Amino acid sequence: MYVTALGLLDFRSYQQAEVELTPGVTAFVGPNGHGKTNLVEAIHYTATLGSHRVATDAPLVRAGASRAIVRTEIRDEYERDVVVELEINPGKANRARINRSPVPRPREVLGLLRTVLFAPEDLALVKGDPSERRRFLDELLTLRTPRMAGVRQDYDRVLKQRNSLLRSAQMARRQNRSSAADGQLRTLEVWDSNLARTGAELLATRLELLESLRPLVSGGYDAVARGKGDARLEYKSSVPLEPGMRSREQLAEALLAAVRDKRQDELDRGVSLVGPHRDDVLLGLGDLPAKGYASHGESWSFALALRLASYELLRADGGEPVLILDDVFAELDAQRRDRLAELVAPARQVLVTAAVGADVPGELSGVRFAVGDGLVSRA
Amino acid sequence: MYEGAVQDLIDELGRLPGVGPKSAQRIAFHLLAADETDVRRLAHVLVQVKEKVKFCEICGNVSEETQCRICRDPRRDLALICVVEEAKDVVAIERTREFRGRYHVLGGAISPIEGIGPDELRIRELMQRLASGEVTEIILATDPNLEGEATATYLSRLLRPMGLRVTRLASGLPVGGDLEYADEVTLGRAFEGRRSIDD
Ligand SMILES: Nc1ncnc2c1ncn2[C@@H]1O[C@H](COP(=O)(O)OP(=O)(O)OP(=O)(O)O)[C@@H](O)[C@H]1O
Ligand SMILES: [Mg+2]
Ligand SMILES: [Zn+2]
Repeated sequence: MYVTALGLLDFRSYQQAEVELTPGVTAFVGPNGHGKTNLVEAIHYTATLGSHRVATDAPLVRAGASRAIVRTEIRDEYERDVVVELEINPGKANRARINRSPVPRPREVLGLLRTVLFAPEDLALVKGDPSERRRFLDELLTLRTPRMAGVRQDYDRVLKQRNSLLRSAQMARRQNRSSAADGQLRTLEVWDSNLARTGAELLATRLELLESLRPLVSGGYDAVARGKGDARLEYKSSVPLEPGMRSREQLAEALLAAVRDKRQDELDRGVSLVGPHRDDVLLGLGDLPAKGYASHGESWSFALALRLASYELLRADGGEPVLILDDVFAELDAQRRDRLAELVAPARQVLVTAAVGADVPGELSGVRFAVGDGLVSRA
Repeated sequence: MYEGAVQDLIDELGRLPGVGPKSAQRIAFHLLAADETDVRRLAHVLVQVKEKVKFCEICGNVSEETQCRICRDPRRDLALICVVEEAKDVVAIERTREFRGRYHVLGGAISPIEGIGPDELRIRELMQRLASGEVTEIILATDPNLEGEATATYLSRLLRPMGLRVTRLASGLPVGGDLEYADEVTLGRAFEGRRSIDD
């Protein structure tokens, strides 16, 4: 699939912009802070309903405007044209239209466009907190199976409810209101089973995803680092799991048992301590963990390998994703830069941003747009 | 900001559910331009609704008498109770004409975020209704969302040990939604296909 056109209204720095796109490589070049990333961020948002730079929608709306509109025209793998329009309303419900018809929920657009984005922020996948790696997994899960967006939302809601209950039970105990505390504990069991049910679904799909990713990440690392080092992935769950435990029922039971085990701790601290929201993916190079041990270059290779593996996986599912390379070449040494360029060059559509034209490797010569002063024009 | 009464009206309207600041302003100016008799009639029903409408002492449904129309109807089957979150759900289910028993309105769903636990709902009143032993089946028709499901799970764990048949509406209702938004046919089918809960 590829994007044939992007239209923006009050998105980030753009009051209005229209860009027509073609398959193959397109590079957006222009000085810092002139709106290159803003363009590709809009495309990535259409695919994931999230930004790679901010956790909330408010910064996506142009300062002074009340809403932003992103229109993305897509030609899918069957050569059908789809127009996705998103209205971003911070603090209110966002709205979406598919081929001009309103849909009940923006979530319905998930799956129409798939993107894999490489960005300087990716280094945090290796060096950052577990939350970065969880986000990586869940975003990829949602791209592969849009239904998972709903599961993730349900899980987050259960967590919020459960944490709220644990906190008020904690408060009641501190104030010696024991009958109130008892009442809250009676409902806690209901939320335990909800946590186990939605958590098991999330956990099971993450474990499956990890199995499929493992060989691809190792292959990707090999390709980027030219055979040096052996990249490994391991899911580290906050729930004690037996090897080979994969079914939803088994995982739900394990979760429930872990929750009961931690009951006292959870009551003391007033938060949910076990479940997929506390899990991590351990990245290893040879026998050592990547985090804290890998060099800067090795960490970059690992981050690239994770994104390349995502690309391979989505491609193998059918429906080749659009590749977005936001300002990555300037971050890489010459060898990694050339390897990455070689690997992505054959993709159906590659969108590149760079501050300096010379940062874009020769293999990726294609269409160029100059971005400056709020204008995007074919160079 | 507008002066005095206009702004007061906008503020009051803005506190209603589903009314944002822009709509509040639109409604306020609509009222300002409307006929005086129309506005008086609106003001009158607003006051009436508070003065006259009570809650049924049996089921908790809205009613103009101490007992609601449904609880007073001798043709309703006393062995069946359908548990719903809100009075508006009673209206939705009545539209389907599938149900001939009586209702119990909880007044919401379990939601710790909003500080709503079992004690804030009319669960004690439900238990009192069951004491006579007439009731044999309870249909849990809480909303098909997380809080509604949690409430249904809580109630089924409470009620099943009492030897009652406890059923839940069949799936097929739009997940994540409100019961009141389901169309008659879907809701009717969900009633027809209700299943016993045995988790
Ligand atoms: N909500 C917003 N309203 C108005 N302007 C915004 C908004 N969000 C970001 N900007 C502006 O957009 C510019 C950043 O754009 P962008 O990140 O696309 O730059 P870039 O061309 O990718 O730069 P670099 O080469 O440094 O990566 C900044 O000048 C910022 O002030
Ligand atoms: Mg940028
Ligand atoms: Zn009644």
